Amino acid sequence: MAALLPLVVVWPLAATVIVFLSAGRIKGRSAGILATGAVGLSAMTGGVLAAGFMSGAVTYPLHVTLWEWMRVPGFSATIAFALDPVSLVMIAVVTIVGFLIHLYAIGYMAADPGSARFFGCMTLFVAAMLVLVLASDLLCLFIGWEGVGLCSYLLIGFWYDSPANTAAARKAFYITRIGDVAMLCGLLMMATATASLQIDGLLFAVTAGQLSPAVMTGSALLLLTGALAKSAQIPFQSWLPDAMAGPTPTSALIHAATMVTAGVYLLARLHGLFAAAAPAMAIMAAIGMLTLLVAACTALVQSDLKRILAWSTISQLGYMYLALGVGAWQAALFHLVTHACFKALLFLCAGAIIARVDHEQDIFRMGGLRRFMPGVTAAFVIGAGALAALPLVTAGFYSKEMILSAVWRGQPVLTPDFILSGHLLWGGALFGALLTALYIFRCVFLVFYGQEKTVPTGRTRWVMAVPLGCLAFLSVFVGCVEMPGDIAPVHLFTRFVDPAGMAFHPHEPVWLLLAGAITPVAGAGIAWIVWGRSGPVTRTIPETGGGTDDLLPVMPLRFVVRITRYDLPDRLAAAAGWMTRATSRMMMRARRAALHLAAERTAMVGREGTVVLVRMQNGRVRWYAGWIVAGLGAALAWAMLS
Amino acid sequence: MYVLPLLSGGLTLVGAMMVVTCPVAVHAVLYLVVTLLSLAMVLAMLGAQFAAALEIIIYAGAIMVLFVFVIMMLNLGQPDRDREKEWLRPRAWIGPGLLAVVACGELLYGLPTLSDPDGAVFPIDARDVGLSLFGTYVLMVELASFLLLAGLVTAFHIGRTLRERP
Amino acid sequence: MTAFPFNAALLLAALLFSIGLAGVLVRRNLVFMLMSLDIMLNAAGLVFVAAGARWQDASGQVMFLMILALAASETAVGLAIILCLHAHGRPSLDADTGNLLRG
Repeated sequence: MAALLPLVVVWPLAATVIVFLSAGRIKGRSAGILATGAVGLSAMTGGVLAAGFMSGAVTYPLHVTLWEWMRVPGFSATIAFALDPVSLVMIAVVTIVGFLIHLYAIGYMAADPGSARFFGCMTLFVAAMLVLVLASDLLCLFIGWEGVGLCSYLLIGFWYDSPANTAAARKAFYITRIGDVAMLCGLLMMATATASLQIDGLLFAVTAGQLSPAVMTGSALLLLTGALAKSAQIPFQSWLPDAMAGPTPTSALIHAATMVTAGVYLLARLHGLFAAAAPAMAIMAAIGMLTLLVAACTALVQSDLKRILAWSTISQLGYMYLALGVGAWQAALFHLVTHACFKALLFLCAGAIIARVDHEQDIFRMGGLRRFMPGVTAAFVIGAGALAALPLVTAGFYSKEMILSAVWRGQPVLTPDFILSGHLLWGGALFGALLTALYIFRCVFLVFYGQEKTVPTGRTRWVMAVPLGCLAFLSVFVGCVEMPGDIAPVHLFTRFVDPAGMAFHPHEPVWLLLAGAITPVAGAGIAWIVWGRSGPVTRTIPETGGGTDDLLPVMPLRFVVRITRYDLPDRLAAAAGWMTRATSRMMMRARRAALHLAAERTAMVGREGTVVLVRMQNGRVRWYAGWIVAGLGAALAWAMLS
Repeated sequence: MYVLPLLSGGLTLVGAMMVVTCPVAVHAVLYLVVTLLSLAMVLAMLGAQFAAALEIIIYAGAIMVLFVFVIMMLNLGQPDRDREKEWLRPRAWIGPGLLAVVACGELLYGLPTLSDPDGAVFPIDARDVGLSLFGTYVLMVELASFLLLAGLVTAFHIGRTLRERP
Repeated sequence: MTAFPFNAALLLAALLFSIGLAGVLVRRNLVFMLMSLDIMLNAAGLVFVAAGARWQDASGQVMFLMILALAASETAVGLAIILCLHAHGRPSLDADTGNLLRG
């Protein structure tokens, strides 16, 4: 049984190698079938492992050490895999959702000349993610982490002949790179403290109190930074909407199964470390809260279908970080699973729509599409319902409810004097749920209802329709494995991933549940009032990119728009500019008055000093070498004389 | 008694001097080979036979061959020689010479072990080096391989643009 | 074989380093600058080996190997740049005109 574990990774990796080594001899369709088959085999292997797990033939955690990478005094690293319930859940998500996306991509990429390269990258993406979730050593995990980043770069810039696409790819790469550096620093910090990066050993060292609190908090914060960048949380959020430049299946894969979920997985995997680093937890919760609200507000005013979905991903990841921040990593993981299903569904539906309406992505130029594509409409509405967490009938409801109840109880401690209020966070999360329902049903009503603006052509092929059906099914029913105690005592998911943590479900007021159930419905209702009744104002195409005020006749929504426009980096830049202007104005006045002379002198010194510095930077290598030697001489003299 | 050390050390210095002052590139390369060979002799006398062998094989062999090839491709002639002589006027030596002398003086002044009478050296054979290299320093070996790979890719890239551009 | 005294090795290394340094500073031709750099690297390597022999530690020679790798990649890249410059209309290889290089 243990021998099966590496196979999970080997199948997609082998497909990648075959596709890339064939150097174009394997054409698009066969490459697609090969890739899909490989991911399918991987899913089946995972299924066998899960069956062995359920039947008790395997006891967890199952460790497989492939080889020892290096061993030096004070540090050792192994390439080793470990299977436990958490990684089993992740394997299921990555391979099953990945399989469906690959299947869809066979149809979607059929006409593209570079589709063999596309499938090679896609399977490599899945393989890297599987390495990431299976690794039992953080250095091995880091390999997968970097592999995921590389593949996202390759796939976002897949259509590399457009400069915008390559710019988006570079942006994604750079921003996640910032996080990777922080993560590497965190890993090195822990490696120096514990001499190994084995996850089990590390968590044991944390619980045994072998690490100093400073090391724990420091490395937790650094790892958190890495995860935030990977998951496009504030302040790293800007790469994900731009990542829409890639083919739609790529977006689905990035958003649902791989890449952005890696951060959540890492934090869930190391929850023991974070439990011991309370400030990191509180920061995580605060950032999650902030991200989910800001991203939801931004999604509300976007007009590009894929961008709306991208911002909604950021927002939903904010929920996961919020849950992780209050210690409910089980809830975060559960939301990850349901989110993977419905977000993949939404993206694939969006791809199907965009392919049929001549690559139009502006929702204001669509409309009335339900009469032309009823199947896709049904699938999209199911996905939208799950995203909005419509009560009882969707998977999203159960996972979001789990997060909300955990947040209500949570009390993230930033410092002993400053404790975030769980009730306040709950209120924010509930408001986020309202916004979620609002923006996604805005999208639904604008795209599928009202009068037709474009007439779709062609048909959605069955290879694309089947994944949509499967994902729609999953989006409805996958939530049934875990229910709030007041509805039914079903706690299969929690029992599976965390048998020890069953005290997780204390009884809570029923009105919490009711509030969580009513809010999305209310949001959908408001969306119907504003955009659904085909009010002529709200359905017109906005004049300018930012002119969204006219679209929102309802007064409270103006406030929302105002928040949305609150683009933090922009504001910071504006503030800096304002301060500069103010300072210079002040300087001017000062110069006119008594400080005239001083300002002149300052300016003169600056100018003259600049001249000297400019002289030094003459671009001549030999002069630079001379300066280096002079510095060396001075340093040596100082060292010897002092 | 000290003939061999004196000879090899002196040869090293003279060769290095000639490299720095010689106006003809091929001659400079040959002087550099002499320098490296005599330096290899010094290394061997320090008990580092392995390092000496590598110095000869890699430095005096491979790297110098690289230099020779490049100089062949540069196709230097009499004008270049004249230009070098023009560049090496005595005036050009003032600043660099001063800096180098100051640096050298500081180095010599700052090395307290120069007055250390107990200067015995112990031979270290290739076995010790290998054990150390693939034991304690295995991570550094990996990093060195990264460096060489980066150098390879860079050289390849620069050379490729050379070929493709007209 | 006669042993080379440790002190003499340090003296030799310091002199060699200074000669290389003077070469880097005084020569304007990039080929000669590279050669002078190699002399400096060799001086540093000599110190490592000498110190390793003095205190009987294999680390000295390991560092020498690292310097060798460094010198190899430096020379390869440097010579590639020289060839590139030569092919792009800078046959004099004058380091002092490098400040006018674009792109």
